[in-house]
Amino acid sequence: MWDTILTSAFIVGLLQATLRTTTPLLLAALGELYSERSGVLNIGLEGIMLIGTLVGFLVSYFTGNAWLGVLAGSLAGSLIALIHAVLSVTMGVSQVVSGVGINILCVGLSMTIYRVVFGPSLIKAPMATGLQPIHLPVLSDLPVIGPVLFQQLPLVYIAFALVPITWFVLFRTELGLKIRAVGEHPLAAETVGVSVAGIRYFTVLLCGFLTGMAGTFLSLGLLNIFLDNMTAGRGWIALAVVILGRWSPFGILGAALFFGFADAIQLRLQALGFNVPYQFLLMIPYVLTMLALISAVGRRSAAPGALGKPFTGEAH
Amino acid sequence: MLAKLGKTAQPWRDWLVQFGMALLAVALALLVGAVIILLMGESPVAAYRAILYGAFGNINNLSETVVKAAPLVLAGAGLAIAYRANMWNIGAEGQIYVGGMAAICVGLYLGDLPAVIVLPLAALAGFIGGALWAGIAGILKVRLGIDEVINTIMLNYIAALGVNWLIHGPLKDPAAGFPRTAMIPINAQLPILIPRTRLHLGVVMAIVLAVLLQWILWRTSLGYRIRAVGQNKTAARYGGINVGRTMMIAMLISGGMAGLAGMNQTNGLHFRMLQDISGGIGFTAIAVALLAGNQPIATLLSGFILAALDVGANAMQIRAHVPIEVVKIIQGLVILFVVGREYFNRRILARRRSLAERQEHEEKRRAETAGLESAS
Amino acid sequence: MSVVKMTGIVKRFGAVLANDHVDLELEAGEIHALLGENGAGKTTLMNVLSGLYAPDEGEITVNGQRCHIDSPRKALALGIGMVHQHFMLAAPLTVAENIVLGMKTSRSPLLGLADAEARIRQLSEKYHLQVDPKAYIWQLSAGERQRVEILKLLYREANILILDEPTAVLTPGEAGEMYQVLWEMTKQGHTVVLISHKLEEVTAWASRITVLRDGRVVDTVKGNVGRPELARMMVGREVLFQYERTAQTPGEVVLSLQHVSARGAKGTLAVQDVSLDVRRGEIVGIAGVAGNGQSELTDAIAGLLHVESGRITLAGRDITNSTPDSITRQGLGYVPEDRQETGLLLEMSVAENLILKEHDRAPFARRSTLNAPAIRENAEQLVQAYGIRVPAITAPVDYLSGGNQQKVVLAREFGLEPQLMVAAQPTRGLDVGATESVRKLLLEGRQSQRSQMAILLISTELEEILGLSDRILVMFGGRIVYEVDAARADPEAIGLAMAGEDVIC
Repeated sequence: MWDTILTSAFIVGLLQATLRTTTPLLLAALGELYSERSGVLNIGLEGIMLIGTLVGFLVSYFTGNAWLGVLAGSLAGSLIALIHAVLSVTMGVSQVVSGVGINILCVGLSMTIYRVVFGPSLIKAPMATGLQPIHLPVLSDLPVIGPVLFQQLPLVYIAFALVPITWFVLFRTELGLKIRAVGEHPLAAETVGVSVAGIRYFTVLLCGFLTGMAGTFLSLGLLNIFLDNMTAGRGWIALAVVILGRWSPFGILGAALFFGFADAIQLRLQALGFNVPYQFLLMIPYVLTMLALISAVGRRSAAPGALGKPFTGEAH
Repeated sequence: MLAKLGKTAQPWRDWLVQFGMALLAVALALLVGAVIILLMGESPVAAYRAILYGAFGNINNLSETVVKAAPLVLAGAGLAIAYRANMWNIGAEGQIYVGGMAAICVGLYLGDLPAVIVLPLAALAGFIGGALWAGIAGILKVRLGIDEVINTIMLNYIAALGVNWLIHGPLKDPAAGFPRTAMIPINAQLPILIPRTRLHLGVVMAIVLAVLLQWILWRTSLGYRIRAVGQNKTAARYGGINVGRTMMIAMLISGGMAGLAGMNQTNGLHFRMLQDISGGIGFTAIAVALLAGNQPIATLLSGFILAALDVGANAMQIRAHVPIEVVKIIQGLVILFVVGREYFNRRILARRRSLAERQEHEEKRRAETAGLESAS
Repeated sequence: MSVVKMTGIVKRFGAVLANDHVDLELEAGEIHALLGENGAGKTTLMNVLSGLYAPDEGEITVNGQRCHIDSPRKALALGIGMVHQHFMLAAPLTVAENIVLGMKTSRSPLLGLADAEARIRQLSEKYHLQVDPKAYIWQLSAGERQRVEILKLLYREANILILDEPTAVLTPGEAGEMYQVLWEMTKQGHTVVLISHKLEEVTAWASRITVLRDGRVVDTVKGNVGRPELARMMVGREVLFQYERTAQTPGEVVLSLQHVSARGAKGTLAVQDVSLDVRRGEIVGIAGVAGNGQSELTDAIAGLLHVESGRITLAGRDITNSTPDSITRQGLGYVPEDRQETGLLLEMSVAENLILKEHDRAPFARRSTLNAPAIRENAEQLVQAYGIRVPAITAPVDYLSGGNQQKVVLAREFGLEPQLMVAAQPTRGLDVGATESVRKLLLEGRQSQRSQMAILLISTELEEILGLSDRILVMFGGRIVYEVDAARADPEAIGLAMAGEDVIC
């Protein structure tokens, strides 16, 4: 077994795959980071991602343009997130319940739309125009790191580029300061004239946009089809990624890579006849999340101070 | 109109208002669903009529609806208890798996014993399995202060994967082509109540337990403590209540009830453990609890309604050419409209309180001008 | 030359008249102190000026122009800023970030922290408010955080600064430093308004003092007025109610505190080395301005706050750090200061709230089952006896007015017939009649033949303490600073003690 693993082909394949599996998690987690940094917990990621997957697929199918699909899927994600924004920010109701409702809604919505467009049962799954990988000149010819890093789909580059960009936005712009302040002490922010509601609407819609984009990657980046339950829990994992990454863009990068790697390797290990049942490998991310949460107890909590609490705007 | 609502103060009128809002939420969800169906070019009337037929049209359909409702009621009533204590258990799905697995094991290994022994044991195993699974998240919350929402969700996946492994591996039915356990012997199966249907004893269990939980919540000291802790931990502590212990008990109860829902599915419906034994019941049960306003006895109705939607969906697809997933849309909308209720409740409360304050202010002024001391 | 003129300000909260036609004039370059007890209306008035509240009546003139200040932002635009008692700072962010929040920086939309930090250092230098702009708020002490709050206002070019109880969280040394800073600010043309109850500081630093009581202005005087006179203005000399008090000798000691110290929420010792006794048949009143450790003291007695050192005994039994439940069973009745947060379950019915402490005991519970008829009967009886106005005993307590909510708490606690009654601010928010009945209740508890109690009364209203107590203690800064028998009590002396003065007994 080991002689198969330690070949260039295996490792390159593994690393390439890792970047691909990481991408949707990274996009969704970064989106959720914006939302949670401003104090809004959005657990409807799974549903929003699914909608993004579907809408991206449909638009690409009908227009033949994968990028239009990506844009449409992202916007659709924002639209769904708008529901959460209205319920959580304007009406101040339980953010957890709103998220659960959105999940169920999106599962139904996505399958319904698919069935309506393509009919109840299909012999052959319709395929849409997918995204094409970009081969960066010169760099992609380098051994090992060439194919791994420089022959990826454009969304992969976008996702990874968003990490330093997000860091910059959050910590080096006035907007980012407002977002962070609103998430820590909304009353203080409101008192100096920052619109808590305005900031939160922005971040929640942005979260929807990025999560929708993550969804489009699933349908247009890999298989170019749409399957039932295509997101397979990635939305929930994205939530865990945010926590494990301790609400920092680079931490999230690390956590997402970790989960992505686990995902990429478990298939390969199975093929190699690795003895551990694959179910236990799949469990690792979830167990690790719980362990990470335990280990974070007692240390100064990295979570935004006002996370999950509706802001009613009343000075006491 | 809000002001008018603010004037009523009798509790039964309050419950009526809550009930009305729940119905309104369902109606709105159905309305939006109708619009969506229209947009698809189909007839909402035909679709909803098909649902009604599919859910209630004949004895067989009705029994299917009731059978579908039973685990929803079980899990939903349990969740209602947890939510009352402010424990956001999103892990009913995983608890169903664990409870069901425990019940199946009892069936597989003790299934030769008489039914009078096996069935209660299976139910007990189901309850304990689900309770312990929920208890993990409960301990982490009570002892370490870790949010139970993420933990229960993580445990969902771990449970599903664990069961997946079991039915692929050690407990796999050798005779079967695809992964599942062997069938449990007849003694471990919940008896059918109405012949030629699938309506089993679990339905009775659901009804009895929903009533029991309602009674516990409102008529026992434990229920009092659960409600107190969910409303105001500080005041509960001040009243001498052990907050952590109460939260834990509520969590265990909800996990146990979900475990029983799992046992329902394994020992009453499928008689074996399957990959998708739950079919999303754990999540629908959340809607059941919320729609019922976290009143266990009301889950009988809300569970029934949501089950009817699920069961009727098939007929809707066949007869009215509307995809079954539309029902999921409606269920999601129900949750969203129901949660919006919180917002209106708050407004009504504020209105009512300011009315009381103003009343008192008026009386005081009247008393002062009349030269008498205020009579209160 | 007046920079701000407030005329006829009226502000109501429900049935409470917080500001009753208040006039206030601020002159440029002065330190103007607002002096008064709790509930006098000082903070409310300044909240109106700083744009947090809208007045029901009255008008405000700034620099000669009539203004409508409807938001803190508007107030800042006029040059008016307020530093609240509870700091509005985001702990994980830096000083500079907190100060700059909501404003355009030099490199907008990028965060021009470098320039901001430079400007902050400049202001720091100019006003002697030393703080590191790059430090995180959570690293700073209370005194340093306060400097940040002041800098926040100066950065926004506030001319008129309002500080609400600024030395509440400071050590005496830090307080002195702060006042020095404020003094220099006025030299540079700023106007400072101080909300305080501490006489020593106020007389040492303020150029003029306005005394408020019960929502009205008593007088505005120069800063060199004598402290006894100020104390008199603050607390008033008339005792409004005469109560029938039988002269009686107190019985055995029921409550005993020995060198009790406890840490409060902020981590500092809120209760420091407190020793006191309360005997059966006597009312011991603790006077003092809120925030001097009274709530922590009562919470410690009730088992809701950890006692670090010392001993508390109830009827001879050690109850230090026991559970609230067991302390109640030993015979404690506790009326907490904040009824809504601690004393009541707002969504539960009146009847259910009335049995909060006995919900698992007979007769209200038999073998863990609630006894509905007994609960109902109890509720009806108590509602009748204490005159609680309820739509129904099954109505949620949330529907009741504040005064009636308080009566529910009182009914419940008195109904327990405890050996010791600890009552913190029992008449807060109650109208005249209700207040009277509460005070009668306390006296009955003291004098009753059947169930005589020992009573510990905490109140910020000195007249209440004077009218009811057999012995009076004053709490300041977490310690008992003064003790006197009611017969020999001098309101002036007590007022001085409440304000932190040394009083020779």
